[in-house]
Amino acid sequence: MNTGSYPLHLLVILFTSVFTENILLARFLGMCSFLSVSRQVKTAIGLGAAVVFVMTFTIILDWFAYKWVLQPFGIEYFRFILFIIIIAAFVQFIEMAIERYSPVLYQNLGIFLPLITVNCAILGASLFMVIRDYDLAESIGFGLGSGLGWMLAIVAMAGIRQRLNNARIPAGLHGPGITLIIAGIMALVFIGFTGVLAGK
Amino acid sequence: MLLAIIVISSIGALLAGLLVLAERVITNYGDVEIDINQSDKKFTIRGGGSLLESLSAQKIFIPSACGGRSTCGYCKVTVLEGGGGLLPTEEPFMNKDERKNGVRLSCQVKVRNNLKIEIPEHLLSVREYICQCEKIIDYTYDIKQFNLKLIEPDSIKYKAGQYVQLLTPAYEGSSEEVYRAYSISSDPADNTRFELIVRRVASGICTTYLFDHLKENDRVRVNGSYGEFYLRDTGAPIVFIAGGSGIAPIKCILHDMVNQQNKRRAVFFFGVRGMKDLFLFDEMQEFEKKLADFKYVPVISQPEPGDNWTGATGRVTDIAAAYLEKQSDAKDHECYLCGSPGMIDSAIKTVMQYGIPLEKNYYDKFS
Repeated sequence: MNTGSYPLHLLVILFTSVFTENILLARFLGMCSFLSVSRQVKTAIGLGAAVVFVMTFTIILDWFAYKWVLQPFGIEYFRFILFIIIIAAFVQFIEMAIERYSPVLYQNLGIFLPLITVNCAILGASLFMVIRDYDLAESIGFGLGSGLGWMLAIVAMAGIRQRLNNARIPAGLHGPGITLIIAGIMALVFIGFTGVLAGK
Repeated sequence: MLLAIIVISSIGALLAGLLVLAERVITNYGDVEIDINQSDKKFTIRGGGSLLESLSAQKIFIPSACGGRSTCGYCKVTVLEGGGGLLPTEEPFMNKDERKNGVRLSCQVKVRNNLKIEIPEHLLSVREYICQCEKIIDYTYDIKQFNLKLIEPDSIKYKAGQYVQLLTPAYEGSSEEVYRAYSISSDPADNTRFELIVRRVASGICTTYLFDHLKENDRVRVNGSYGEFYLRDTGAPIVFIAGGSGIAPIKCILHDMVNQQNKRRAVFFFGVRGMKDLFLFDEMQEFEKKLADFKYVPVISQPEPGDNWTGATGRVTDIAAAYLEKQSDAKDHECYLCGSPGMIDSAIKTVMQYGIPLEKNYYDKFS
């Protein structure tokens, strides 16, 4: 597909990462918090927003770390360690700052930050950025899109699970069982987007 | 390779340093005071941590299974003041009443300002005590009293009627340590020592140890205090019913009533099988003198001809029933029952016939 101009190309990356290559449903990254914190839509929105925020900003930091430190020194193979350190430190720092200076934001966003320090989707996004050799703008588009895609998936899941409270589920499938089945069906649905857009 | 290690380490160190600095500057909330159970306990700590961590640093252990990640929902405490609103991470664990009453997950409450909280009494007072057995008194052929003096710590706090758990170490009768519960029978006014009344159980691990192996001046470990068997603070007339070693917590409550100059009408039916099972007779009569309105009624179910027993005879519950029959306010009584499960069940059944509701029956089943 000819993506035409550069801005349009960025937009394509954004939408691709939200729909066709949803990091959660196509790559199965960030599953643990997806399964455990998807009981209420309100909570899911909070966690999703936190992921969007952290993913966008850590991918920027990781991009600079990669281009300015790892590549010049020729030590790209250390990207796993360095990215993890950067993500953990960033999350810690942001949590402290939000907690201190904005109780309202902390109430809605901050409390989820510790939950996603170890969210593999965050690290995954940064690693994809390296594999696909994105430039800074592309990375931002990809990080933002992946975060939004993750949020979309968890909010949809939470919506379904809230409805499940009134559904009759076979005893053996209560809890994780039915949740995994739903995740599978959602992943199938997202396959329907395949081919609509192709990023790179 | 060396360069790589130096680069990565220095970035790590830099970030760690920044975080330490940030923690100093950003999360410095100064000293805050945590007030537990209406000033029952107070302490001042540096703010910034979670309530769960702050409490456990003060050796107050709230049950928690997930390590503070808001997934188990066990670490509930009531926050009266200073906790802020319920967080989305806590919502799935709270029912309507808990939301209304300010119940929170202590792992999610950050200590930023002064807090007033409430936690169950037993979490505050449960701890381990090392005691020395000062004296062993024989009451009957199968009941002994053990007087224990506190060594470490040197005093104990409990409510009259509560029990402690005594650790039986491994000995020749048992290869493992076991805990058994015994009610405190002594006067709570002296918190440096306490007494337990124990009835021998045939081949019981702990009672065999206490009766045959424990000697005066030996040390024992107990933890406590536990239990909901204590005098409720009302003005209602009281019926105590106990059998055998079930006298222990009631004796403790009676001591406490003397100390408090409690003038409530009370009667104590103490059931035993024969004359040879009767003990603490004089002490109970002493309570009749010291208390404003207390009557002691020992009941022997199977007196032998040689006993010359002139008191009440029969089943202790029947004698209690006969007493309630004569009371115009029978249904207003509170019942405190202590003894074998069979005796307690039959006592509850009996007193409920006189209109005393189930929830006014407080009991401690010795099984």
